[in-house]
Amino acid sequence: MANAPMTEGDDRHQLTAPIVGPGHTPASVTDKIATVVTAETPKWWFLGAAAAFGLLSIFLLSVGVLFWKGVGIWGINNPVYWGFAIINFVWWIGIGHAGTLISAILLLLRQNWRNSINRFAEAMTIFAVACAGMFPLLHLGRPYRFYYLLPHPNTFELWPQFRSPLIWDVFAVTTYALVSILFWYVGLIPDLATLRDRAKNRFAAFVYGILAAGWRGSTRHWHQYEVASMLLAGLATPLVVSVHTVVSFDFATSQLPGWHTTIFPPYFVAGAVFAGFAMVITLALPLRWLFGLQDFITDTHMDLMGKVMLATGLIVVYGYAIEIFVGWYSGSPYERYMLINRMSGPYMWSYIALWVCNFAAVQFLWSKRIRSNMLALFVISMFVNVGMWLERFVIVVTSLHRDFMPSSWGMYQGTIWDWATFVGTIGLFLSLMFLFIRFLPMISIFEMRMILPEASKAKKGS
Amino acid sequence: MKSEPTTEGGLRVEEIRARLAGKQGPAYWRSLDELARTDEFAEMVHKEFPQMLPVEGATTSRRRFLQLMGASLALAGLNACSIQPEERILPYTKQPEEIVPGKPLYYATAHPHGAFGRGMLVESHMGRPTKIEGNPDHGSSLGATDLFDQASILDLYDPDRAQTPEYLGNLRSWENFAESIRTQLEAQRGLRGQGLRIVMESTTSPTIRRLLGQLREDFPQCDVVTFDAAGHDAAARAARRAFGAPTHVHYDLAAADVVVTLDHDLLTEGPGAVRYARDFADGRRVVEDESRMNRLYAVESSPTSTGSLADHRLRLSPGRVERFAVALAAELGVDGVTASTDDDLRTWVRNVARDLQANRGRSLVTAGEHTPEDLQVLCHAINGALGNLGRTIRLTEAVIDDDRPSTENLRRFVDDLERGAVDVVFFLGGNPVFDAPADLDLTAAIQRAELRIRVSSFVDETANVCQWQIPASHYLESWGDIRAHDGSAMVVQPLIRPLYQSKSYSQVLALILGDAGASDLALVQETWRAAAEGDFDRQWRRWLHDGGIAGGAAASILRSVDTAAVREAAGEVGASRGMAVVFRPDPTIGDGRWANNAWLQECPKPHTRITWDNAALMSPRTAEALDVSNEEMIRITAGDRSLEIAAWILPGHADDTITVHLGYGRERAGRIGNGCGFDATALRSSDAWWRVDGVEVEPLGQRYRLASTQTHHNMEDRYLVRHGTIEQIRSGHHFHDPTHGIKVDKSLMPGHEYDGYKWGMVVDLSTCTGCNACVVACHSENNIAIVGKEEVLNGRELHWMRIDRYFEGDLDQPATYLQPVMCQHCEQAPCEVVCPVAATVHSEEGINTMAYNRCVGTRYCGNNCPYKVRRFNFYQYADQDTESLKLGRNPDVTVRHRGVMEKCTYCIQRTNQAKIEAKVNDMPLSETGLQSACQQACPTEAIQFGDLNDPDTRVSKWKESDLDYGILTELGTRPRTTYLRRVSNPNPELARS
Repeated sequence: MANAPMTEGDDRHQLTAPIVGPGHTPASVTDKIATVVTAETPKWWFLGAAAAFGLLSIFLLSVGVLFWKGVGIWGINNPVYWGFAIINFVWWIGIGHAGTLISAILLLLRQNWRNSINRFAEAMTIFAVACAGMFPLLHLGRPYRFYYLLPHPNTFELWPQFRSPLIWDVFAVTTYALVSILFWYVGLIPDLATLRDRAKNRFAAFVYGILAAGWRGSTRHWHQYEVASMLLAGLATPLVVSVHTVVSFDFATSQLPGWHTTIFPPYFVAGAVFAGFAMVITLALPLRWLFGLQDFITDTHMDLMGKVMLATGLIVVYGYAIEIFVGWYSGSPYERYMLINRMSGPYMWSYIALWVCNFAAVQFLWSKRIRSNMLALFVISMFVNVGMWLERFVIVVTSLHRDFMPSSWGMYQGTIWDWATFVGTIGLFLSLMFLFIRFLPMISIFEMRMILPEASKAKKGS
Repeated sequence: MKSEPTTEGGLRVEEIRARLAGKQGPAYWRSLDELARTDEFAEMVHKEFPQMLPVEGATTSRRRFLQLMGASLALAGLNACSIQPEERILPYTKQPEEIVPGKPLYYATAHPHGAFGRGMLVESHMGRPTKIEGNPDHGSSLGATDLFDQASILDLYDPDRAQTPEYLGNLRSWENFAESIRTQLEAQRGLRGQGLRIVMESTTSPTIRRLLGQLREDFPQCDVVTFDAAGHDAAARAARRAFGAPTHVHYDLAAADVVVTLDHDLLTEGPGAVRYARDFADGRRVVEDESRMNRLYAVESSPTSTGSLADHRLRLSPGRVERFAVALAAELGVDGVTASTDDDLRTWVRNVARDLQANRGRSLVTAGEHTPEDLQVLCHAINGALGNLGRTIRLTEAVIDDDRPSTENLRRFVDDLERGAVDVVFFLGGNPVFDAPADLDLTAAIQRAELRIRVSSFVDETANVCQWQIPASHYLESWGDIRAHDGSAMVVQPLIRPLYQSKSYSQVLALILGDAGASDLALVQETWRAAAEGDFDRQWRRWLHDGGIAGGAAASILRSVDTAAVREAAGEVGASRGMAVVFRPDPTIGDGRWANNAWLQECPKPHTRITWDNAALMSPRTAEALDVSNEEMIRITAGDRSLEIAAWILPGHADDTITVHLGYGRERAGRIGNGCGFDATALRSSDAWWRVDGVEVEPLGQRYRLASTQTHHNMEDRYLVRHGTIEQIRSGHHFHDPTHGIKVDKSLMPGHEYDGYKWGMVVDLSTCTGCNACVVACHSENNIAIVGKEEVLNGRELHWMRIDRYFEGDLDQPATYLQPVMCQHCEQAPCEVVCPVAATVHSEEGINTMAYNRCVGTRYCGNNCPYKVRRFNFYQYADQDTESLKLGRNPDVTVRHRGVMEKCTYCIQRTNQAKIEAKVNDMPLSETGLQSACQQACPTEAIQFGDLNDPDTRVSKWKESDLDYGILTELGTRPRTTYLRRVSNPNPELARS
């Protein structure tokens, strides 16, 4: 890719606004980003990390209580056998998607602006998948028998039941987690070497050195690095689509009105990207402010991410519209009742809130002024975060609570432990995030150097 | 197993030591056994090691018993030396005949419930009774049961049972007790029993009545106070008045083509209900016989199960039910009755009367036992006028001694107490302190009696005011006898030795008569010795085997109705004013005697589907008029008495009437029953025993959550319960199958082949009364745990089968439909494909099976089940710790652990047993008598289960019927369980108007 001929015209065409602040040299970029890791820990980090670890301990507590007492501590019941655990699982998995999209698809599409956000977007992916991955285990009635879900040799001579979408989930999510971690780690190697070289104590130098795997920045290293990351990008690309498609099969292949829908795979994938970009914005804005990284994560980035959010948001809303249409067009009394119940039943509030968050709030992004107003962007991204959680709530709960047999209809609400587990995973996510920004370069240093104006001049020179 | 009681009750360790000293080797152990079995020794153990009490008591196995006794002896002998007791196993030196480990045995017995009993066949595993079934050879059951029969086994193993005689809370022995009251009894004998009172429930037990007869001879002045919270005295009085002599009435519904019930839950309440329901169902099993279908009219204030099955149901306030009866009597020309009919009832009265006239001698008019005596007299008169006596109504000589009103008896007793005339009181059974009417302060008065003795299974409210508590034996652990609804006598045969230090009521009566060591077997045999033809022992064995006493049947007699009594009665009825509260025994916990039975507490009440509570039931219109919302607390005031209770709005209830079920609000029922519901006796007084008129109702604004298992009442156009009329069938109407035009049986894939057996089930909605016997039978058979009120509120009840109830039509007078729903065992089961670990799979016989050990609890199957019949163990619901409960479990069924899914298996343990039996004996399966637990319990044979590959089974034949349909078949599930359309037989004249 470094060989691609570029013209000034191309530059102008691709980027109407700068994606790196003016006056930066490769040295200043390296300094600026690496200093975040090597400098004294700022006071706010301790405060933030303490809060995050506090939430994490709520997670540990709620998991402890869960294992001691059983899933009965949650609000699930008959007929709503799935609740927060599955909602949170889908929500977290969805959030992860933006990272993979940014790092893989945008890499393949040579969208250089991604270079400043891909590192922490990928980190976000891994942490989100870590959070997501908790729930399928935690929600089991007998979590200590989780390995029944894995194909392993056993004296029963029994495989898992491969027709079940939950087994597909197991494969999809573990693959996803594995590829994401590999991709992230491979991308980190050159920067880990930079940190090794800049480390101020032997211990740090040792650890970074181990992790850097002997990187010396030779041409051969760079060549192999480029090949590996392209291959991993190629592997990760289908995952962006496949993971959430498989997750949507949990619902789409079942019987239930509100679940049994062919639109689910594309609509889930779009929703995932939508939610993921919202989360990237939610995280990027405070980070660049706190570390003064406006030069690297510029308003242009925010503008572009706003546009992606708008586009995917519209696809999601299209999904909602088609759901309504098909519900009516199917002529199935169960589908129709489900829709009417969603719109006017006891969970009407969640459906209205869903439209407000995922449709109404996003429409402001049509305006360039809003997209360049960071506060507005932050608020909208928060709306989307909430809205996408509500979307899964609506799908899971309103479909289950009134399905086929009116005699068995019921209500569902999350208990304090449901909320504690959810908030706890946010704590897990934030804790990992705080550790990440403290110990690893949150922006890819070498990739930033590549998008400096000098880099393109150098290319032209060659 | 009893040794001679020593003269002084004390224990002499020295003596035991001395007895032990000379023994060695095998003899040592045998003598330990003997020693350990003396009551003094047991008493010593209790005193020394009270913590061992429940364990010792709960254990029956010989091995465990010896182990514990050995330990106790060791401790007693060695004085606080803490050596672990050695475990020794004593195998049978001689294998008892009949007992094959793993194979159950069945014994005939009878379940006394209130005054009457029902013939039972009890399954016993290795000496432990585990399951109650009806006795197919006895007319009171014909193999079926009601929910109380089924649940009675749980009472046997209830860990809250009274276990040891106690004096003021201190443990004593029976000999101790006999000794200490002897002087007082001697004194009473001298006073001809002047100060002796025996308070008990009415009973038909010939042995108890024989002993009471002796008691009257020995203690002529002794007053036996008969008191029932919900007894038969009004019915007995009504029969005496109507027929001029003490008479017992029972019905023959097999002979009735038109039945009119007046505030009477004929098919599910009372001693004869199981038989009545069978006979009634036989008269309307359209699937087998289209030519005959009886017709049922129900006129009632409080919705009953019978009413929900009625072809015509009229809801009237209780006063108007009486006026209806008078009008009907007048219309039918009953001697001595003239009345003007209320305008709005005229059509009804005319049409019902015409229908009855057309079916003279084949009709029946009944009134509930809790309706006013006069109404019941009137009913007898109507039946007399219709020529039904001796045909649909059978009369026998009275089987109860005392038909005086219970409240009067109790008032006399309280008066005596207050006069200071009572010295010694025995409370045998019942629970008078809890049940006493609010205007009688029994608790205060009782303190005037010097010696108060309570004989009961539980340390209840009445025990609380007594000094002595003597545990009463369960019917499965003591000998007795009882009469069935038709007056025939049955032997109550025990299946197990008393688990605790309990005595039967007959033994207590014998003690009063001076025989402290009487065996209950001897007492019962004594009663029947004269009735035997030929050799008594042979005859006795025959009786035990059959469950019935041949010579004990009551002969039918003929009596005519006394016109004067009728005239008097007709003049009395129909008066009512204002809002009325009617009291009824609770449909699941009766008058409160079942309050500590968890299966019954958690069994949803028919109509309301409420569990664990009672409520003030009222019609939507009444609630509107009173400005009361559902589950709102209300205060009902009648004079100076008041009751605060939660309201429940029940469509189909009569206006201006509130139903309050009895038996709730108990404080000393046990761990299960304490604090559930509201105590209706606060409103109940001696002059308003079953109904109180002119009450004030005040909404209180607070909400009380009632745990109802079904909150949605509308079928939402889903064709779950389908119905039709007999006319449609007779005119060859073809019922269309409303599956929304979706063809369901088309599939690209070949279906399963079933070469061997192919199980299936059909439920006949035309005869299901919603009595809940099947639900409790399923609990008992399949070791289903209970979850408690909180968890029912959370929607987590574990019933494998439930009875759905839907209302249709008008809010005030809706049609009520009941539908038992259990796993439908779909051919294309949605649950099977989604299970990630293959824990639920299709068997080669078509059963959708559950492998509990494999289940990891993703609950996906539960989500994907359209019938919502899967149940999940959100917590560890099954009690794995209580020893006594372990004894009662079905050893053929796994007790489920936390985190696994469970559901109906079509009683797979029974099908497998039957298959093995058929194979081993080389006989067709149909001869093994295979029945699912729900099918076996069902009084109306509404549930049929069997092999669909055998065209001769009832289930196969029913499936061929045009009435057969599956629910939600448009989903392509192809359910194995199907339903027979509910067919009704409306009176065309009445339907038209």
